[in-house]
Amino acid sequence: MKSPAEYIQLKKRNQAIAKTTFTAMSLIVVVFLFFLLGFIFIRGIGVISWEFLTSMPEEGMTSGGIYPAIIGTFCLIAGSILFAFPIGVLSGIYLNEYARESFGKRFIKTMTNNLAGIPSIVFGLFGMSLFVNTLGFGDSILAGSLTLGLLTLPVIIKTTEEALKSVDDSFRRASYALGATHQQTVRKVVLPIALPNIITGLILSIGRVSGETAPILFTVAAYFLPKLPSSIFDQVMALPYHLYVISTSGTNIKESRAIAYGTALVLIIIVLLTNLLANALRGYFGNKVKMN
Amino acid sequence: MNKRHRFTAQILEKISERILFISSTVTSLAVLLIIIFMFREGLGLFNHTPVEEGSILAINRANPVKELTAEQVKKIFDQEITNWKEVGGIDSTIELFRIDDIFNFYTEEQVGSEFENLGQLLSEHINAHSNILAFFPAHFKIKNFLGKELPVEKISFGKFFLGKEWFPTAHPAAQFGILSLILGTLWISIGAILIALPFGLATAIYMSEIADERVRNFLKPVIELLAGIPSVVYGFFGLVVIVPAIQQIFNLPVGETALAGSIILGVMALPTIITISEDALRTTPRTLKEASLALGANQWQTIYKVTVPYASSGITAAAILGIARAMGETMAVLMVTGNAAVIPTSFLQPVRTIPATIAAELGEAPQDGMHYKALFALGCILFFITLIINFAVQYISSRKKHG
Repeated sequence: MKSPAEYIQLKKRNQAIAKTTFTAMSLIVVVFLFFLLGFIFIRGIGVISWEFLTSMPEEGMTSGGIYPAIIGTFCLIAGSILFAFPIGVLSGIYLNEYARESFGKRFIKTMTNNLAGIPSIVFGLFGMSLFVNTLGFGDSILAGSLTLGLLTLPVIIKTTEEALKSVDDSFRRASYALGATHQQTVRKVVLPIALPNIITGLILSIGRVSGETAPILFTVAAYFLPKLPSSIFDQVMALPYHLYVISTSGTNIKESRAIAYGTALVLIIIVLLTNLLANALRGYFGNKVKMN
Repeated sequence: MNKRHRFTAQILEKISERILFISSTVTSLAVLLIIIFMFREGLGLFNHTPVEEGSILAINRANPVKELTAEQVKKIFDQEITNWKEVGGIDSTIELFRIDDIFNFYTEEQVGSEFENLGQLLSEHINAHSNILAFFPAHFKIKNFLGKELPVEKISFGKFFLGKEWFPTAHPAAQFGILSLILGTLWISIGAILIALPFGLATAIYMSEIADERVRNFLKPVIELLAGIPSVVYGFFGLVVIVPAIQQIFNLPVGETALAGSIILGVMALPTIITISEDALRTTPRTLKEASLALGANQWQTIYKVTVPYASSGITAAAILGIARAMGETMAVLMVTGNAAVIPTSFLQPVRTIPATIAAELGEAPQDGMHYKALFALGCILFFITLIINFAVQYISSRKKHG
């Protein structure tokens, strides 16, 4: 049997060990992330130049730039957001402001959760089967955008719902007390307050869309295209797919390594920018709401 | 406000409510469509013979063999099986005959410039050779064919799930056994969760119980960033850093191994595990913790005797969702695991997962062919695994709320 003093010492020692372990393991996670970012930054920063960002790939993609891939990725972001944002926000509004607790609402919520959990490659298969083959869009920006849009839809619905949920009920009650209808309340009171958070979610989903590869493999992405798209039925190159092909399946893997680092860095910068922007918005509007 | 005005307002309100409702059904519709389309393509694989479309296998009428399996056909054409005895026939050597071999027996003149006599000659040739196994396009089979068409066993669910051989483009009979792919997927995911769970849980506990506000405000965006990095960038990082490192440390011929996949997937599963278990840890009522502290327990004892047990269902959900994330991940795995379709026995060998197989092969599979359908069937399996996991997680978390 240990004496009380010994026991207390043991207790203290265990706590110290546990805290150190947890701190160290968290530190490892953070260090890994910074190592990854730093590694790609150091290797990639020398490659990136105005020239790199605005010129066509050359000599079997071992030199030149990634301009068409950047344009392609922007087309896909724009297309998928155009499709997913209105539908996502509207259904978020419906679920939080209109739908009553019922089987229907639970069903929709469950389905949205399930859609969020489906692996991206299954979206790719589905997009190929429905948009590319059945509807006859072919490998096109349209097919790719719709596939990516479906993939981000649950994220947008969820952030909209969360944003609306965080609006205090007193605002709604005050609005009703002034004689406003339900719709007026939603449109003029609830939505404006929730808007910053909704936009934050939108920006984060842009970051997500820009890096998705599996859904565009068979719906839009082209290995190499020396021209820019002219309509929504054209194929495009895209940054993530470009990184994949030049780092694995190209014929000149060694020679195109530098381009690969540059492309990876551009992708990371897009994600970093969207995350920073989202955080800045959150901070800015967060303070503003508190002040009012 | 006059009456008509109010009436239009009401109509508008009704219409907008309809629009909102319709938008909210899109996700359910999407899930439904995904199920329909995946199954429509995927189920087409079953009850079909795996022999290349438009071709047949034929034998002499005297040959007692009734049917071959796809595996047997492949082994015969790979010369691994050379005697009819091994596939249930009489003791004699199998005489393989491909369509090009016709010129070893007949001149071009006899066959004819338009191959007009080919069918007749094939029929006679098969009739004359009792040990022959001929493989030729089906349209060369004439009306009064003297040989016997040899059926190949149709693809069944059992063969599909338990078959060990995945040779979707094998000639003349493709092999669609996905056991090695399923095991490869599980193998890598389990490895990933073994790496991610300790680190994820430690970070979650650190963030919710130990770190002060400032550190937490730094860690949150870091975790968010970790979640935001595209999988293809993780794959690329794995390819240029982790794969060579593993190759050197373990002195392997290639570094593309299950271990590389597990490490990368582990990192990718971290944000899911951290955020969900941190949320769960935070739901532990303050009163419970204070009661524990008041009884003389210190912070660490409170964490592992009170907070973690209270949050255990949330932590379970986090682990399950982490596994789901790992199982469905495509690009990173495709880039670092070497993609060899063999049943995994160690973490230091290449493996191949279901998503990686789809991504790597769909581009080359002709539309509506057997290979194409097999890849959709793989997609169905993946879809179901994640669907079941999702329902399980929703069940676990709803039970928590009611309990």
